[in-house]
Amino acid sequence: MNANANQALLTEHQTESLSNKAFGFWLYLMTDALIFALLFATYVTMFRSTASGPEPSELFDLKHVFLETVCLLLSSITFGFAYLGALGKHRWQSVNWLLVTLILGVTFVYLEVVEFIGLIENGAGPQASGYLSAFFTLVATHGIHVSVGMLGIIIMMFQILNKGLTPSVNSRLFRLGLFWHFLDIVWIGIFSIVYLPVFI
Amino acid sequence: MFGRLTLEALPFYSPIAIAGAVVTFSGFAMVVLLVSWKRQWRYLWFEWLTSVDHKRIGVMYIVLALVMLVRGVIEAVMMRAQQAMALNSEGYLPPEHFEQLFSTHGTIMIFFVAMPFLTGLINVIVPQQLGARDVAFPFMNSVSFWLTAAGAALVAISLVIGRFSTAGWTGYPPYSGIGYSPGVGVDYWIWALLISGVGSTLTGINFIVTTLKCRAPGMSLMKMPMFVWTSFCTSILMAFSFPALTVVAIMLGLDRTLGMHFFTNDMGGNMMNFANLIWIWGHPEVYILVLPAFGVYSEVTAVFSKKRLFGYRSLVYATAAIALLSFTVWLHHFFTMGSSPNVNAVFGIATMIIAVPTGVKIFDWLFTMVRGRITFHPSLLFTIGFILTFVIGGITGVLMAIPPVDYLVHNTTFLVAHFHNMIIPGALFGYFAGVQYWFPKVFGFKLNDFWGKLVFFFWFVGFYLAFMPLYAVGLLGMPRRLVSYTNPDWQPFLITAFCGAGFILAGLCSLFMQFYVSYRDRENNRDLTGDPWDGRTLEWATSSPPAPYNFARIPAVTDVDAFWVMKQNSDLNSEPKPGHYESIVMPKNTGAGVIIGAFSFVLGFAAIWYIWWLAAVATLGAIAMLIIRSCNDHSEDVISSAVVFKTEHDRWLLAQTKGQPACDGKRL
Repeated sequence: MNANANQALLTEHQTESLSNKAFGFWLYLMTDALIFALLFATYVTMFRSTASGPEPSELFDLKHVFLETVCLLLSSITFGFAYLGALGKHRWQSVNWLLVTLILGVTFVYLEVVEFIGLIENGAGPQASGYLSAFFTLVATHGIHVSVGMLGIIIMMFQILNKGLTPSVNSRLFRLGLFWHFLDIVWIGIFSIVYLPVFI
Repeated sequence: MFGRLTLEALPFYSPIAIAGAVVTFSGFAMVVLLVSWKRQWRYLWFEWLTSVDHKRIGVMYIVLALVMLVRGVIEAVMMRAQQAMALNSEGYLPPEHFEQLFSTHGTIMIFFVAMPFLTGLINVIVPQQLGARDVAFPFMNSVSFWLTAAGAALVAISLVIGRFSTAGWTGYPPYSGIGYSPGVGVDYWIWALLISGVGSTLTGINFIVTTLKCRAPGMSLMKMPMFVWTSFCTSILMAFSFPALTVVAIMLGLDRTLGMHFFTNDMGGNMMNFANLIWIWGHPEVYILVLPAFGVYSEVTAVFSKKRLFGYRSLVYATAAIALLSFTVWLHHFFTMGSSPNVNAVFGIATMIIAVPTGVKIFDWLFTMVRGRITFHPSLLFTIGFILTFVIGGITGVLMAIPPVDYLVHNTTFLVAHFHNMIIPGALFGYFAGVQYWFPKVFGFKLNDFWGKLVFFFWFVGFYLAFMPLYAVGLLGMPRRLVSYTNPDWQPFLITAFCGAGFILAGLCSLFMQFYVSYRDRENNRDLTGDPWDGRTLEWATSSPPAPYNFARIPAVTDVDAFWVMKQNSDLNSEPKPGHYESIVMPKNTGAGVIIGAFSFVLGFAAIWYIWWLAAVATLGAIAMLIIRSCNDHSEDVISSAVVFKTEHDRWLLAQTKGQPACDGKRL
C-alpha cells in the first residue's frame, strides 16, 4: 500500500544502523589491535631466541623495507583521496584512487613475499628458530590483513560502480578506510620494533 | 586426498570409546529421523536455523549448552567412577581414554556449556531489558552462534572420528606439541577453540554496541538493570580477552603443523609464553562465566524478595571493578613455575583484592533479602545455595592466592575442588536460576515448581558430596588427573565424591524431567500476562513469548526498576487501539550464518586431518558467503502498523477471555 512510507522507514533505520556499524567496527579494530599487541609482545620476548641460527642483524635489507614502507604509507594517502572522491560524489575519482591504492597494496605484498622467499632460501625460514617463528608470524599476520584489505578494495570498486555512492556503500568505504589506516599504524609498529633496531 | 584420515581413525581402541561413538552417532541420527518423521525440516530451517531473532538465537545457544552439558556430566561420572575403583587396580578405563575424558570434560564445560549458556541468556534477555527490539547486529549474532555450534560439532565428532586431546583443557606445551602428542587430538582442541572463540569475540562486540546504543529513551547507564550491567562487563571481557586465545591457539597450531618454535623445548621455543598467553585470556574467562550469573542472582533476589535491589550503585561499581581486576591476576595460575617471589607477591595481592568487590556483592544480595517478602521459587533457592557455597570457594581461593600455600596444594585435587566450587555455584547455578526464572518469558508457560526444587536439591547436595571430599583428599596430597593410585586413605573420599557425581547426574535428569512435565502440563501453566513473577524490569513488559519485535511501542524509562514504577503509576491493561502503533523495521532471516558456520566446521575438520584442498575450498566458501552477504542492501523488512495492532489486540483478547489480564508495557 504505502510503499514510499515503508521505504522512508527502512532508510531511516539504515542510517541509524550505519552509525552502530561504525562504532562496532572501531571495537573490532581494538580486538585486532590486541592480536597484534600480543604478537609484538611475543616477538620482543623471543628476540634473543635465535637458537644459534641467523641473528636479526643478518636478515634485513634496509632499502627493501624502506620501499615497503613507502608503498604502504602512500596507499593510506591515496585511500584518503578515494574517500574524498566518494564524499564529493565523484564516482570515477573514487574508483581510480582505489585502483592506485590497490596497486600500492599489491606492490607491498609482493615485496613482502620476495623478502620472505629470500629469507627461507637462505635458511632463515620460520622453522629455523623461535625468533624467526615470531618474526614470520607477526609480519605475515600484517601481510594477510593487507591482502584482506585489498580484497575489500576490489569489492568496494565493484560496489561503487554498480550501486553508486549510496549511504551504505559510503559507510562500507569509510570502514574499509579505518581498516586500511589501522594497518598503516601496525606497520609503523613493525617498522620501529622489528626492523629499525637492527639498523641502529 | 584424505590427508591423515584413514580407517584407523575409528574408535576401536576401547569398548567405551566405541560406545561413546555409537551414542553420539545414534543421537544425531535420531534427531534427523525425528525431524523428518514429523516433517519439521521447513519449520526448523525457516523459523529457527536461519533466524536472526535474538530470542531464538538465545534459545538455540541454551539448547546447545544443555546437550553438551549431558556429555560433560556423563564424563564427570565416568571419571569419578574410575577413581572410586582404581585403588591398586587399573579400574575400567584405559589411561589414554581417561586422559581424553578430563581434557574433553574441561573443554566442553568451559567452551560449549558455560559459554553458550551465558551467551544464550544474554541474547534472550538483554535486548528486552534494554527496551530494544533487537541486538545491534542481528546477522553477526547468527554468525556468532553458528561458529560456536561449529566448534561444538568438532568436539562431538572427535568422539566418532579420531581422538580428542589428552593434554587437559588448557593444553600446555610441550606436551601438546607435535613431539609428545602426534595425533589429531590437540588439533581438534585447537580448532574447536579457534572457531568458537571468534564467535565469542563477535558476541562481545555485538553486546557492547547493543548496550551502549540500543537503550530505551531515558535509560541512562545507571538505570540499566543489573543483568544488563553484568552482561555488558562480560561482553567487554569477551571482546578483549578472546583475541589472546585466538593468538595462542594459532601459535600452537603453527608449532604443530608448520614446525615452528613458539613453545617447543628446543630451537628457542618458550613454553612459559604459552602459560602467559592462555591465562591472559583464561583468567578474565572465569569472570566472563560468573558475571552473568551474578546478574541473574541480582534480578532474582530483588523480584522474589519484593524489594528494590540493595546497593544498586555498589553492585555496578563492584561488577566493573571485578571486570577490571580480572585482567591483572593471570599469573596466579602459575605461581609454582619459577617466577620471583616479588612477582608472585604482586599477583597474589591482586588476586586477593578481587575478593573485596565480590564480598560487596554477597552483602548486597543478603541485604536485598533482609526484611523482604520472600518466595522460595527454585531460582531463589539456587541463589541462596550459591551464596552459601560460593563463600567457601572464595575462602579457598584467597587461601591459594597466598603463594606459599599454593605451592602446597598445587596440582592436587584441592585445586580441582576450588575451581569447581567457583564455577558450579558461581556460574552454573546462576544459569539454572536464569532458566527457572525466564522460562515463562520465552515459552509462555511456567516450569513445574516441584521438579525445579528437586533439580536444586540434587545439584546442591551433589555438589557438596562431590567436591568437599576433593578438598580433603587434596590436602592429603592426592594429585589431580590420576588414573589409578595406591594410597588406601584416599579411597573413601573418592567413593563419596562418586556418590556426589551420581547426585549431580540425578539433578541433570530432574532438569529434563522438569522440562517434560512442564511441557506436558503447559495448558495449566500458561502465562498470558507476560509478567508471572510481578517483575521489576522491562523484559516483563513484553508478551510471553514475545512478539518478534519485542515492544510494540518503545517504553520510556524513569527508574532502574522501570517496569515496576510503570505498574505502580498507571493501568497498563487497557484495550489496544488501532492508530496507536507505528510500523516496525525488522531484519529478515538469512541462511548465511548457517552456511558460514558449516564452512568453518569443514575448514576445522579438514585442517585437523591435513586435507588441505578441502580446507582451501571451505575457506573460499566462507569468504564468498561473507562477500555475497556484505553486498546485500535489502536485509530488512517492515512489519506494518496494522499487523502490529492485530498481534497486540489478539493477545489482549485472549488474556481477557482466560481471565489473565495482560499487564503490559506495550501500551505505555
